[in-house]
Amino acid sequence: MTKGKKITVNVDDCVDNCWRWLVQKGPAAIFVTVAVFALLVRAAVSLHPYSGAGHPPKFGDYEAQRHWMEITLNLPVREWYRNSTTNDLSYWGLDYPPVTAYQSFIHGLFLRFFHPDSVSLFSSRGHESYLGKLLMRWTVLSSDALIFFPAVIYFIIVYYNRHSKSHTTTSDTGWHTAMLLLNPCLILIDHGHFQYNCISLGLSTGAVAAILSGQNLFACVLYCLAINHKQMSIYFAPAFFSHLLGKSLKRKYPLLEVSKLGLVVLGTFAAVWWPYLYSVESILEVLSRLAPFERGIYEDYVANFWCASSTLIKWKKLFTTQSLKLLSLGATVLTCVPSMTQQIKSPSNKGFLYGLLNSSISFYLFSFQVHEKSILLPLLPASLLAVEEPFLFRWLMQFAMLSMFPLICRDGLIPAYLASFALLILIFYAPGQRRNEEINYYFSTRIMRLILCVLSFSLHIVYLVMRPPEKYPFLFEALIMNLCFSQFVLVALCTNFKQWMFKHVILELKEKKKKLN
Amino acid sequence: MEERNRILKQVQNSRSPKVVLWWFFLVAACLKVLLFPSYRSTDFEVHRNWLALTHSLPLSQWYFDETSPWTLDYPPFFAYFERFLSFFANLVDQQIVHLQEGLNYSSNTVIYFQRATVILSDLCLLFGVYRMTKNLDSRRQMLICLLVIWSPMLFIVDHMHFQYNGFLIGILLISLSYLEEGRDVLGGLVFAALLCFKHLFLVAAPVYFVYLLRHYCRGGMLKGISRLLFLGAVVIAVIAAAFGPFIYLGQIHQVIHRMFPFGRGLCHAYWAPNFWVFYIILDKGLAFMLRKLGFKIPIPTASLTGGLVGDASPFSVLPQVTPLLTLTMVVLALSPCLIKAWKKPQQHMISRWIAYAYTCGFLFGWHVHEKASLHFVIPLAFVAVQTLNDARHYFLLSIVSCYSLFPLLFEAQEYPIKVLLLLLHSILMWLGFSAQFSDDNDTETSRTPAEKRVCLIGSTGKCYLAGLVVVEIWGQFLHPLFLGDKLPFLPLMLISIYCAFGIMYSWIWQLQSIVKSP
Repeated sequence: MTKGKKITVNVDDCVDNCWRWLVQKGPAAIFVTVAVFALLVRAAVSLHPYSGAGHPPKFGDYEAQRHWMEITLNLPVREWYRNSTTNDLSYWGLDYPPVTAYQSFIHGLFLRFFHPDSVSLFSSRGHESYLGKLLMRWTVLSSDALIFFPAVIYFIIVYYNRHSKSHTTTSDTGWHTAMLLLNPCLILIDHGHFQYNCISLGLSTGAVAAILSGQNLFACVLYCLAINHKQMSIYFAPAFFSHLLGKSLKRKYPLLEVSKLGLVVLGTFAAVWWPYLYSVESILEVLSRLAPFERGIYEDYVANFWCASSTLIKWKKLFTTQSLKLLSLGATVLTCVPSMTQQIKSPSNKGFLYGLLNSSISFYLFSFQVHEKSILLPLLPASLLAVEEPFLFRWLMQFAMLSMFPLICRDGLIPAYLASFALLILIFYAPGQRRNEEINYYFSTRIMRLILCVLSFSLHIVYLVMRPPEKYPFLFEALIMNLCFSQFVLVALCTNFKQWMFKHVILELKEKKKKLN
Repeated sequence: MEERNRILKQVQNSRSPKVVLWWFFLVAACLKVLLFPSYRSTDFEVHRNWLALTHSLPLSQWYFDETSPWTLDYPPFFAYFERFLSFFANLVDQQIVHLQEGLNYSSNTVIYFQRATVILSDLCLLFGVYRMTKNLDSRRQMLICLLVIWSPMLFIVDHMHFQYNGFLIGILLISLSYLEEGRDVLGGLVFAALLCFKHLFLVAAPVYFVYLLRHYCRGGMLKGISRLLFLGAVVIAVIAAAFGPFIYLGQIHQVIHRMFPFGRGLCHAYWAPNFWVFYIILDKGLAFMLRKLGFKIPIPTASLTGGLVGDASPFSVLPQVTPLLTLTMVVLALSPCLIKAWKKPQQHMISRWIAYAYTCGFLFGWHVHEKASLHFVIPLAFVAVQTLNDARHYFLLSIVSCYSLFPLLFEAQEYPIKVLLLLLHSILMWLGFSAQFSDDNDTETSRTPAEKRVCLIGSTGKCYLAGLVVVEIWGQFLHPLFLGDKLPFLPLMLISIYCAFGIMYSWIWQLQSIVKSP
């Protein structure tokens, strides 16, 4: 571990920190400043076009969200997930869990108040207008400000109270908050492409913060809400499960602890699913909407194992959907096991954060029906760890952005992509700061990293400028995805290894202390 | 230990003045790129048309072309600048520079191209800031970057509304930096060039003249006169470079005619928050009262909100205001500053004087645009970091003048952006100034952890700013709620009246600080 040795220099002590003016008034002032700046960036990104703008008949995610508002506003709760003459499920049928439906209902009320035409039943299909876009954008902005921002601040407060070790400074707090709030992937997908990931990710962040502050029951409630907003939040489930189980086992009455948690989970689920609990059929009806297995193991091009290896092995032809389901489930669980066992054996806050990253990246790489947007889920724990692992965070971010580039091009968000990415990098390397760029030997040499950066940069250019040969129309997509996949695998290996090494590191430290004494 | 020193060196390097400047510039540039699709005014088409006409017509027809209603009305250097840009525009997309087919062209290429030119031309502002802050300590430099490079007013006017003010103010800053260094000829030369870019900067010419006359042309009769002649020759050479071709072509009359279009009214469509707002209100009030008292007061035919005013007086009671009167008032308002500059031409006062000159021009000038407040707010940023009192004044002034630009962006889409821009600016300014001056209060040896509170704004100022919020809430929410479509001009009028108080205060404050200065 010689190379990875942390060099802790308190910049504040040694030289006059040039960001002193910003941090002088304490954390509250920093939070407000960074939050206002992040909101400004979001508001600016939301000027750009959304997915499927002006592309009938199906449009894009924007139309899906608007359609859900229309459905939830005009139909009774029980009809929301049911195919009927008024609710044609083949046209952007609701396929997210009930919290999304409730959120659509609330946002629908807001839209109906100001612009009834945009959410009227039937007649509003494919509705596009200046005011409509504006109101929709404002619903995302407000959800972000009301859920994601407070969750991030909650996390930062908890995190820096726990880890208020010598080498964290107030300017670190500001930097970390900025890294979390200015995540370009999240901003582009939510405020450009149009989705509400901020809600489920915000709830997940809140749950993580609650766990770090020891409020396990509250964490369970928040996390269940996150799962019920977007089923993709299940990517974090192994980490939550193993950490909470490990913690409970350490207590005096493990069974009591576990059953308390179980009851809270069941209670939250019951509350959320209440309108559908009247019959088994209706529950199954909703569930079948949430798991669209018929859509195949992957859609479009995504930097996960199945898509990347499909250049060599034609999974879709070789196996039936049924066996692919089992295969992907097996692969996902298998890759999650190491980090889970570590957490069950010795649960720790830091280990939990690594566990989140490991489990979500396993899911991204191996689970069934992954979208390119799902990279947001591994990115969240990576950004939570940004101060510990600045290099890893930047590396993952860089390739996450690349993996979303084809999608961004389709949406016409290239200027926003460039600007928001550059903004993050600029703030990452803000003058007068020094990150402990703990270079991992996985990312061996400097030259290797340079080559990869150049490669990813040139792939951007190639994708924009060149036309693929007619024989392989998706050649560039495949190249991009394979490059991203290789880097994601490296990151996954590295973080899994790190998580496993924790115990050893702690033991070593203890031994050293003993020796010194 | 070695490791530690290495890191410290890295940290030191990463915050060298140039790195900090570039960092601020690039962060701002990112935000500007994000603002690409935002609202753009007709000024965008104006500049596109100028690109087209400078590219496709020979020089002799530039000031005669009337293909588009947006005829060329800036001085020649700006036209040359557009000619320079049009070379690249032609490479990007030929339709941009097509005189007829390019009319109201609004594809992504033209938007990206023109917006990018504004961002790149802001390099001039960056250079100006660099020159002005070269000799300052790093903290003051950073504060200035915050105030100038991240100025929300520039974002609103240049990168949303669309103009090239950052570029032009950059030239002004370069000129000021030369004067502050004592290189008077260069300062005068750059200023003369600036005038040939945009003649609205002419207001400060008297101050420049007096200052250069007294500061540069001194040292005895003979030396003085020879220096005066040299300076004059330099300035005339610059002006000749700009106007020479048109004089040669015998078109100078047409150029001047275009540059100073008569027949525009005292006030712009939206009243800039200046002295004339009070004059108009007084007139309206008097007319109203006299009518109540039974006098027969005819309602003026010319509308004040229409922007264009013919020969008829828009005032019902008070005497008509003529351009000459406004000119006299500007010169009168300037005179204390000119006297100071005459008596004791000091290098370190020049930014203050120039800013004051533009303030006077803004307050009393003829047909002033609200955007002209940039001309004094930006130079004052360099004054603001000097003492706490300057900072206090700037804090209020910058918020008020930024707020007075809000009506430029009237569409709902940009509403959150302009509010957040102003909010962010106020917060950063507050943090920056408080840190700066609480540090200044402490001596280096007795830096106590308990911060000395810096009172950046008094209770009157607080009330005034709270009033600003009330005006905004009235205009945006309560007015449509209570009055509906009635009195549509009232919210705008309220903004300009309310902001006019703030600008008047700033003028008086600046005047006082100049008169009291040693």
